[in-house]
Amino acid sequence: MNQPIPTTPEAVRKQAAAADARRRRQARPVSRQWRRRGLMTLYIVFVLLPVYWLLNMSFQSNSEILGALTLWPQDFTLEHYAKIFTDSNWYMGYVNSIAYVLMNMLISLAVALPAAYAFSRYRFIGDKHLFFWLLTNLMAPPAVFLLPYFQLYYTVGLFDTHVAVALAHCLFNIPLAVWILEGFMSSVPKEIDETAFIDGYSFPRFFVKIFIPMISSGIGVTLFFLFMFSWVELLLASTLTATSAQPIGSVMTQTKGASGIDWGALSAAGVLTILPGIVVVYFVRNHIAKGFALGRT
Amino acid sequence: MNNKIYNNRAWWLILPMLLLVAFSAIIPLMTVVNYSVQDVFDANTRFFTGVEWFQETLNNPALQAALMRQFAFSLTVLAIEVPLGIGIALLMPKKGWQASAILILVTMPLLIPWNVVGSIWQIFTRGDIGLMGWGLRELGYGYNITRSAVDAWGTIILMDVWHWTPLIALLCYSGLRSIPDAYYQAARIDRASRWAVFRYIQLPKLTNVLVIGILLRFMHSFMIYAEPFVLTGGGPGNSTTFLSQSLTTMAIGQQDLGPSAAFSLIYFLIILLVCWVFYTAIMNLQKDKQQDKGA
Repeated sequence: MNQPIPTTPEAVRKQAAAADARRRRQARPVSRQWRRRGLMTLYIVFVLLPVYWLLNMSFQSNSEILGALTLWPQDFTLEHYAKIFTDSNWYMGYVNSIAYVLMNMLISLAVALPAAYAFSRYRFIGDKHLFFWLLTNLMAPPAVFLLPYFQLYYTVGLFDTHVAVALAHCLFNIPLAVWILEGFMSSVPKEIDETAFIDGYSFPRFFVKIFIPMISSGIGVTLFFLFMFSWVELLLASTLTATSAQPIGSVMTQTKGASGIDWGALSAAGVLTILPGIVVVYFVRNHIAKGFALGRT
Repeated sequence: MNNKIYNNRAWWLILPMLLLVAFSAIIPLMTVVNYSVQDVFDANTRFFTGVEWFQETLNNPALQAALMRQFAFSLTVLAIEVPLGIGIALLMPKKGWQASAILILVTMPLLIPWNVVGSIWQIFTRGDIGLMGWGLRELGYGYNITRSAVDAWGTIILMDVWHWTPLIALLCYSGLRSIPDAYYQAARIDRASRWAVFRYIQLPKLTNVLVIGILLRFMHSFMIYAEPFVLTGGGPGNSTTFLSQSLTTMAIGQQDLGPSAAFSLIYFLIILLVCWVFYTAIMNLQKDKQQDKGA
C-alpha cells in the first residue's frame, strides 16, 4: 500500500475518483477515442456540407455559379449581400419575420406562464382533458387551418399585419410553451409557494419576484423553442401576408426573374436566415442540455 | 403529482390562454367543420350535403396514395433518425469548448426556416451547380431528382435526416447528461460491457425523452410541406406529394372547399389518434415511475 489509508468519507471519495480516472484511461484505448472522434467528425461534415455549399454560392457571381463548378469562390464577391441590404423588398422581409417572431414570443409567454402554473399546481374540473386538447393543437397541421385563417383574419381586418402571423403561430406555440413550462414548474418544490404565502406574499408578487427567477432557465429554453418554431414556419406566415408584412421566406420564392432563378441572391438570403438561429443557440447553449428534455428527465 | 390542490379558481389562470387558443383554434376548426358538410357555391348559395364529402375523400385514390406515401415516409425517417440520433448523442463530448461548439453545430439545421432547408438541398443536389448532384454524376450515377422517383425519395429522406436527426440527438444528449456518474462507476465495478451499459443504464433513462422525440418527429414528418415542395414540387409525377401538399393544392389551388375541409378533418383525426396513443403511453410511463418510487 503506497497510499495512506483514508480517514474521512471525503478522502475515500477522492481516492475512489482518482482510481476511477486511472482505470478509465487504461480501459479506453486511444484507438477507440479516435474512432469516436472520427464518427463525430463525419456527422459534422454531413451537417456542414450543404450549408458550406450555400455559403460558397452566396459569395460567387451568378456567371461563376452557372459556369464551371468551383469548390470555393474564384472571384469573391459581396454583390448579393449588398443587394439584400440595399433593396428594401429584401431587408424588410427580415424585419417583418423578426417582428412577428418577437410578438409571438411575447404573447405566448405572457399567457402560457399563468396557465402552466395552474396545470402544475392545481387540480380542477377538466384539467386533464384541457391539457390533452392543448396538445392536440400542437399536432394540428397548418395546412388544415390555412383557409379558415385566411378568412378569419381577413374578416377582422388583420390580414397582412404582423399581429395576424403572431396570433396564428400561437396555435402551436402556446401549447408548446405551456407543455415545456409545466415540466420546469413541476420540478420546483411546492413548499416554496407555501412558504412564500405564509410570509405574506400576494400571488402576483410571489409569481414575479420569486417563482419566475426560479424557473428562469426554463423560460430561456421556452423562448428558444418559441423562436425556433415561429421562425421556421412559412406556410401560415406567407398565406396571411401579402406585401406589408411579408416574411423573408416568401420574399425568397420571388427571386425567379426573367433570366431564371437568381441563385446568388437566393443563397445569400438563405445564409442570412441561418444567422439569427445561430445567435439564439449561442445564448442558450448551456441550458440546451437540460432544456431539450423539456424539464422532464 | 398527487399532492396538487383541488381548486377551481385555477381556471382564472388558464382563461387568457384559453381565449387566445380558442380564437386561433376553435373558430377556424368550426369553419372547417361547417364547410365539410356543405356544398358552397358562393356567399349566399349553399347546400347541406352531410357525409358526402367524407365518402368522396375516403374513396379518392389520389388521396389514398398520398396517405400511403405519407406513412411510408414518416416510418422511414423515424427508423433512420431515432437510432442515428441516439448514436450521435452517445458520441457527443460532454465537457469543454468542443461540447459547446458541437452542440451549436448540431442544433443549427433545426433553426433554418423550412423553405430555406428546401432551397439549400435544391442547390446542393442540382446536377449542374450542386456539389452532391455533380459529385454523383462524376461518379457515374445518373442522378436526377426531377426524373427519377427513387432519387427524389432518397434525397428527401436524406434531407429530412439532415434536418431533424439533431432533435433526437439533443433530446437524448440531455437525457444522457442526467445520468449520475455513480451508475457508470457501478457498471465498471461489475465489469459491464459497453452494450450492457447502454442497454441497462442509458436506454432506460432515454425512454422518456425518446417518447417526446418520436412524438414530435412523427407529427412534424406527417405535416411536412415546405421542404419537399421547394425541393421536388411533389414530383416527379406525384411520387413525393405528401398529404399537406395535396391538401393545399385542393384548398387554395382548386378552391374545392367541401372536399378539402373533409380531407382536413380526416387528416387531423389521424394525427389526433396517434397523438392520443402516445399521450396515453407517456402517462402510463409516468405512472409506472411513481409506482417504482413508491415501492
